[in-house]
Amino acid sequence: MKFRLKIWKQASGDAPGAFSDYEVDGISPETSFLEMIDTLNERLTERGEEPVAFESDCREGICGMCSMVINGQPHGPLPGTTTCQLYMRHFDDDQPITIEPWRSGAFPVLRDLMVDRSAFDRILQSGGYVTVHSGPKPEPNANPIDPEVAEEALDAACCIGCGACVAACPNSAAMLFTAAKVSHLGLLPQGQPERWERVQKMVEQMEKEGFGSCRNYAECEAACPKEISIKFIGRLNRDYLRALREPIDRRGPMDSQ
Amino acid sequence: MDLDARIPEAPIEDMWSTHKDHIRLVGPRTRPNYRVIVVGTGLAGASAAASMAAMGYHVDAFCFQDSPRRAHSIAAQGGINAAKDYRNDGDSVHRLFYDTQKGGDYRSREGNVWRLAELSANIIDQAVAQGVPFAREYGGLLANRSFGGVLVERTFYCRGETGQQLLLGACSALAQQIHDNRVKMHTRSELLDVVIVDGRARGIVVRDLVTGEIRSHAAEAVVLATGGYSNVYYLSTNAKGCNVTATWRAHKRGAGFANPCYNQIHPTCIPVSSEHQAKLTLMSESLRNDGRIWVPKNEGETRSPGEIPEEDRYYYLEERYPRFGNLVPRDVASRNAKNVCDDGLGVGPSRLGVYLDFRDAISDNGHEVIGARYENLFSMYERITGESPWKTPMRIFPAPHYTMGGLWVDYNLMTTLPGLFAVGEANFSDHGANRLGASSMMQCLADGYFIIPITIGDYLSRHPHGDIDTSHAAFTDAEREARERVERLLSINGSTTVESLHRELGRLMWDHCGIARNEDGLREALARIPELRDRFWNDLRIVGSAGEINQSLEHAGRLADFLEFAELMCHDALQRDESCGCHFREEHQTEEGEALRDDVNFSHVSVWEHTGENAQPKMHEEPLSFEALPLAQRNYKT
Repeated sequence: MKFRLKIWKQASGDAPGAFSDYEVDGISPETSFLEMIDTLNERLTERGEEPVAFESDCREGICGMCSMVINGQPHGPLPGTTTCQLYMRHFDDDQPITIEPWRSGAFPVLRDLMVDRSAFDRILQSGGYVTVHSGPKPEPNANPIDPEVAEEALDAACCIGCGACVAACPNSAAMLFTAAKVSHLGLLPQGQPERWERVQKMVEQMEKEGFGSCRNYAECEAACPKEISIKFIGRLNRDYLRALREPIDRRGPMDSQ
Repeated sequence: MDLDARIPEAPIEDMWSTHKDHIRLVGPRTRPNYRVIVVGTGLAGASAAASMAAMGYHVDAFCFQDSPRRAHSIAAQGGINAAKDYRNDGDSVHRLFYDTQKGGDYRSREGNVWRLAELSANIIDQAVAQGVPFAREYGGLLANRSFGGVLVERTFYCRGETGQQLLLGACSALAQQIHDNRVKMHTRSELLDVVIVDGRARGIVVRDLVTGEIRSHAAEAVVLATGGYSNVYYLSTNAKGCNVTATWRAHKRGAGFANPCYNQIHPTCIPVSSEHQAKLTLMSESLRNDGRIWVPKNEGETRSPGEIPEEDRYYYLEERYPRFGNLVPRDVASRNAKNVCDDGLGVGPSRLGVYLDFRDAISDNGHEVIGARYENLFSMYERITGESPWKTPMRIFPAPHYTMGGLWVDYNLMTTLPGLFAVGEANFSDHGANRLGASSMMQCLADGYFIIPITIGDYLSRHPHGDIDTSHAAFTDAEREARERVERLLSINGSTTVESLHRELGRLMWDHCGIARNEDGLREALARIPELRDRFWNDLRIVGSAGEINQSLEHAGRLADFLEFAELMCHDALQRDESCGCHFREEHQTEEGEALRDDVNFSHVSVWEHTGENAQPKMHEEPLSFEALPLAQRNYKT
């Protein structure tokens, strides 16, 4: 198979970027999308040209590293699929393919198709945890959890933090990402003591990072490779409103010193 | 080389508690004065960094990914073992110890394995407290499944993504410590060297993968949690970035490397389909609970699998191993798959594949039950291959997956270099010559949550804190060497890409140091690796410079280390003139083709000492003793 590629090239965050045109041929339909770019990069290197910088690691759809907007769609045309799980048989021979990085003010471009997603980490650090030291813990079966609840928590917890939700949103909102973490812990009994504080802190941090607001376009759900439902955004909004009415938290930070 | 493991003097079931009772500790007021470096943020690294920081230590954590959560532990699918005996099927700490020792073909240290089994139950408790959503039964209690090489159900799981959920748990604990400024997190930072001062590990040199800046960090102790080296084969189930650099650099600075030839080839992976393939995808071993493995009985079979009648199917694992059937340990399953393919019975275009068939499981249990167990694995398989396991059997073939070898550590998880610790897959671990399924996450988290936070105090309490910084000559020298090496890589200016040289090394290692090895093949590999290394250093082409994001340069640095490490692997495989677990020397097999150990000559850990560039490495032995569990021939048949 042969493909005509239009790829975003940008030497660094400060440098201006532009599309470059490439052609790559001799690709078998069993080749994955990223292997197609690997092949392009090998050929570029052999010709002494700069290869295209892009991110990937596990290449089995779970690490959340790969991040390409392919013909206008984050992670490409297949629903519920990361870029690394796309195969060239999902494209037509001689098809033009445009490849861009995630586009969002909160995800600055580092080089070509690589962006800085550390804003996500800072949202998690602001409250996406249950405060618990390492050491002996109570017997977990003393506290049964309805399997339906555990499964719903897992539906939210399966977020891989790739950022496709932000890239797909016309407002660059990070609501689906934040809602997934808030809901995962908010559904489980272990997450209850810090539930109201958590949602407030995470929403505040999300806004500080410069993500836009949610207007229920639902593009995030459509682009999410793990098909996380926007019902969790509703859940986040309910929790957030409730949190504003909760009494002020009088606990100080936990300190082991 | 001092190979005293410092195993406590106590009966095996009391060793860990005795050790904890007598170990030296650092008090809570003093801990913040001690700086600890943790490299790698997978299950072992993230849990170690978070646990030590919560105790008060000042931790600097490093990963080459853009976020700690992306470490390759995230891809672990099937589950994690714990001796909880929730199923009332006869499980116990002793049985988990026994299974692990036997699964590892009696090539691990008894005291460590017992401790792992003892701590296994605590890990589940810890993870549940963090909010890890494990699968539950209707009544709300934790559910279990079964894994290879055991006769009980002790595996806890979250669908097919147990690794992601456990890592998110560990990383959430880490996130809190980062937020509270107890952990300084350095992402996109790759270790280039370990710094030694007066015989002790005192820091590391890293390259910032965005700016290209090379700098160093000082500490009172360094913990390596940098995973395994399966990418020496180029094609493996590891993430593209997984590499041997940290452990290899530590080895070159004086840390003993133990059992490098023990590599696990996982039996259930999707077969190679094209020459440009960059990675192999694992299908969880849990599939062997319900899938039946077979090949056609007749060589040159042309019918599609659905048309092949029962009498023409060879369920080779069920026939050869009636007691364990499709749930034999991984090394046995991989070797048998290779054997039937060598006999010309393989399936698929390359004839390097066997069927994993769910037809009977679907008709016995129904679509719904099987879907609940494997839906995400089935759809993943279909996306990659274009075939649906609901309609036609999966095709699978073994692929390099996990490395039991690694840096030698004592009972405190300290390497032969004082102050340098290794946790998780990076150490030579508790899995002997073969790891059983669902036990890697168990080991990573036991090391990180429960062992290193206590044992590191035994070392730190004997040394002062804050007595060194990166202006010391050892740091500036190590930084300079790292810079020179980067410049050397960029100045070669040849014509071959990193990718193609790595692919060549991988093929060589797969052919001669893979599922089966023999003396001639290993000698050939040992002759050809230096040639490949010469080509690397004389004909490599990297485009771009050092002061920017340069992924070819990153890959080249990792490959340079694999090209040296590969030789040590072959030396070790050649020296170990027996078969044990995953190390199958064709010269040593029983009449039925099983691994034949030589306990008289090889009941030891082989620990290698680096003796200089291009010099023959020196081997030392740590003898293994078998007091709690006498040596026996492994038998999965009756």
